[in-house]
Amino acid sequence: MKNRLGQFLIVAVVGVFMVAAGTAMAADTIKLGVAGPHSGDLASYGIPTIKAAELVVKDINAKGGVLGKQVELLVEDDVCKPEVATNTATKMVSEGAHVVLGHICSGATKAAMGIYKDSNIPAMSPSATNPALTQSGDYPNFFRTIASDDAQARLEVDFALDVLKLKKIAILHDKGDYGKGLAEFAKSFLEADSRAEVVLYEGITPGAVDYSAIVQKIKRSKAEAVIFGGYHPEASKIVSQMRKKRMKTIFISDDGVMDDTFIKVAQKYAEGVYATGPMDVSQNSMAIAANEAHKKAYGADPGAFYLNAYSAAIALLNAIEQAGSTDYAAVTNALRTKDVETPLGKIRFDERGDAIGVGFSMYQVQKGVYVELK
Amino acid sequence: MEYFFELFLGGLTRGSIYALIALGYTMVYGIVQLINFAHGEIYMIGAFTALIVISVLTMMGWNQIAILLIAAGVAVIYSSAYGYTMEKIAYKPLRQAPRLSALISAIGMSLFLQNYVLLAQTSDFLPFPGLIPDFEFMEPYAHIIGSPELVIIITTTIVMISLTFLIKFTKIGKAMRATAQDRDMAMLVGVDVNRVISMTFIIGSATAAIGGVLIASHIGQINFYIGFIAGIKAFVAAVLGGIGSIPGAVLGSLILGWTESFFTGYISSDYEDVFAFIFLVVILIFRPAGILGRSTAEKV
Repeated sequence: MKNRLGQFLIVAVVGVFMVAAGTAMAADTIKLGVAGPHSGDLASYGIPTIKAAELVVKDINAKGGVLGKQVELLVEDDVCKPEVATNTATKMVSEGAHVVLGHICSGATKAAMGIYKDSNIPAMSPSATNPALTQSGDYPNFFRTIASDDAQARLEVDFALDVLKLKKIAILHDKGDYGKGLAEFAKSFLEADSRAEVVLYEGITPGAVDYSAIVQKIKRSKAEAVIFGGYHPEASKIVSQMRKKRMKTIFISDDGVMDDTFIKVAQKYAEGVYATGPMDVSQNSMAIAANEAHKKAYGADPGAFYLNAYSAAIALLNAIEQAGSTDYAAVTNALRTKDVETPLGKIRFDERGDAIGVGFSMYQVQKGVYVELK
Repeated sequence: MEYFFELFLGGLTRGSIYALIALGYTMVYGIVQLINFAHGEIYMIGAFTALIVISVLTMMGWNQIAILLIAAGVAVIYSSAYGYTMEKIAYKPLRQAPRLSALISAIGMSLFLQNYVLLAQTSDFLPFPGLIPDFEFMEPYAHIIGSPELVIIITTTIVMISLTFLIKFTKIGKAMRATAQDRDMAMLVGVDVNRVISMTFIIGSATAAIGGVLIASHIGQINFYIGFIAGIKAFVAAVLGGIGSIPGAVLGSLILGWTESFFTGYISSDYEDVFAFIFLVVILIFRPAGILGRSTAEKV
């Protein structure tokens, strides 16, 4: 036993030396940090990002790398915990990461961003959806390839105001985290805009046998449209009851309603209902290729946020290539100004760091199917 | 004023829905002092049975009203069979056991039936065709009250009147009242108590099945869980009206329906349930046996 332990120690020590020698030798590489939960309960959210980064880097290195240099991955675990994420970030910085793909969870990302900001490292998350990360303006070095939590509410409100030109809107939600969160965003966006007023804002009880009272209330409020935050069982009941009461009120909802079950249940009453949903990328050739590459390399379907991570890795490395160096100002400028083809489509980043061209589209039920409105 | 009237009718519909389920709770409690928690599941099974019958008959291209009546008929028979069997399996062996054991058995039955339907059918929401047609003469009033709502209110009234008639004027009704008053004494004078109890479960299940069919075609969707929420509300309504009393169950249901409807309409739907239950507590403070319930002194 003692002998075994001794062997292990020798291997460990030699191993450490080899790693150290490796880094020393490859001094002239582009270092792409990958941070996220790689162990613990939430590992399934972080591991697909490593795989995406590995595949992208393998691909790019085979084609000659970035700026003529090979790309090297620095993978660090943050277990999705803010207190661990600060250490992870510090380690990334001390190992000399040029850009970071991560972190995964919004809390951990927020904790790590300050450290990257002080060291002038751009970071891009494939999954952190907290609105404040981009909207607070605290992290000019932060980018993401996923739409923020309020993106659907924003889209719903813009659609109601710009396309439908509505004046009076009722907002309902199912009192759950998801539905109420969306409804609160929609309400704050509408209140910030003088073109329309919120005539009704209420929570309904999910699973109730009947919603006639709230439907009468919508009618009395004279709302032209209802924005509903919640899921399809309640949405189909409310829509059906409104139509049965001969109300033509427009119904706008979210991806909790953009589900075929909604159409199946509400049947003819579903016709004309608007719902936001993730943009359809199933026809994108890069997305198909990325999924195929994952299946070939790992023999399984990709996990959570895989395409977002794949796109983020491409976007980061492309920005370095475009900038001609790993200089912070040049790279962030390239991210904001140069379009890049990714599995999520052609993307670029806005001033705040949100990807333009990523996120949600408005769909409408037309002849019994959801059709994406362009 | 029109708004008030609309809310009034909305509450009346909701109350009628609760009443169809609450009748079963209150009858069973009146006879065997058992809170039959699986009653909501019988309602759900009624709706599922009807859906299956409807799917088959629609494929055969039958007339809509004929389908509705046949589906309701099959659902009533099937649910009654479930109610009868449930009583024989889960409650009869526990008739002499402490009341708590029967209560646990009822909860177990409820979970069993829910999971049985979940596994045998599906966990998804299924669309339930709205079989109640839109009557032409109702069209001018459709923005206030729809035809399905009218049918629900009328059906509840008919069911309630026939039940009252059954209990007041028929032989089995007399036997039921006797059993409710004193089971041992009823047995001594020759009432077949087991038959009376079985009948109670059958009648209660039948009304629940009627409720299931009507409500499902009003709401347009069902899943294995609908019985739980509707059952809890109906149970509250039965307690509110005075459990054990049939007019009480109906009155309690209507009051609950109106409370929810007016509260949502005039104040806020966010606290609809909170308000409904505060109302229940207040009523029970002043009338512990419910509005129409009789508080019977414990016989020593």
